Amino acid sequence: MDSLTNTIQEVPLNHSILLSAIIFSIGVMGVLLRRNAIVIFMSVELMLNSVNLLLTAFSVYRGDAAGQVFVFFIMALAAAEVAVGLAIIVMIYRNTNSVDINVLNRLKW
Amino acid sequence: MSTFYFIAFLSIFFSILVISAKNPVHSILYLILTFFTFTIHYILMNAQFLAIVNFIVYMGAILVLFLYTLMLINLNKESEPVKPFMIKIAAVFGGGILAVALVSSLKSLGASDPVVLKNPELGLVKNLGKILFNEFLLPFEVSSVLLLSAMVGAVLLATRDPKETKATI
Repeated sequence: MDSLTNTIQEVPLNHSILLSAIIFSIGVMGVLLRRNAIVIFMSVELMLNSVNLLLTAFSVYRGDAAGQVFVFFIMALAAAEVAVGLAIIVMIYRNTNSVDINVLNRLKW
Repeated sequence: MSTFYFIAFLSIFFSILVISAKNPVHSILYLILTFFTFTIHYILMNAQFLAIVNFIVYMGAILVLFLYTLMLINLNKESEPVKPFMIKIAAVFGGGILAVALVSSLKSLGASDPVVLKNPELGLVKNLGKILFNEFLLPFEVSSVLLLSAMVGAVLLATRDPKETKATI
């Protein structure tokens, strides 16, 4: 385990931030790009996870364990969010027979 | 050091595949691989508790839930809805602009210190448990209320209205 965790020692913090920023942007792109509600939901999960990764990196960088506790809370929140969101998607599918979000464009009125 | 960059490359590669795969089932499978690379990132940072929780909660629970929902609503009869080409270009452009803005704001920070694990005990269950049940005891208890309300809400949303079903039968 020691040799494995020693590999992180030389990685600058900027590169961790860069990785998280890129994955977050990919998540944003997925939300804009796709019309399937489930894939959009998965992109939101991707964004949440990139933020989790960044919080952990900062927590290790600062030597403060509170960041990792926040990640734990975010994971509990994500579990609740997924349960409610997927229930809403199933309900939309029952009413409209598709998961295309363009069917719901009347919501903007 | 090169392990981090290899795993980071895999994370980005699989997350691009998640949003570009035509079949939603393939998207979910690529998302599982992405989360697996995230677990490896946690292990590299010696956040063992988060690695295990990420493995169990995300890969075990959340993605199985996604897969079940996708099986529940069968998308076999018609293929994935596609957006017009111009909107796709605009979406990629918008996401790219966000990435460029984030990266260029990062550039102005200059060189940063390496991530050094000062306290090897930081991410272990013993240390995190002590903090979670001392400083963060109230949020921990409140999150149980959140999970309960989410459960009730999901059941309420997913069940049909009993009056409505009676009328249709």
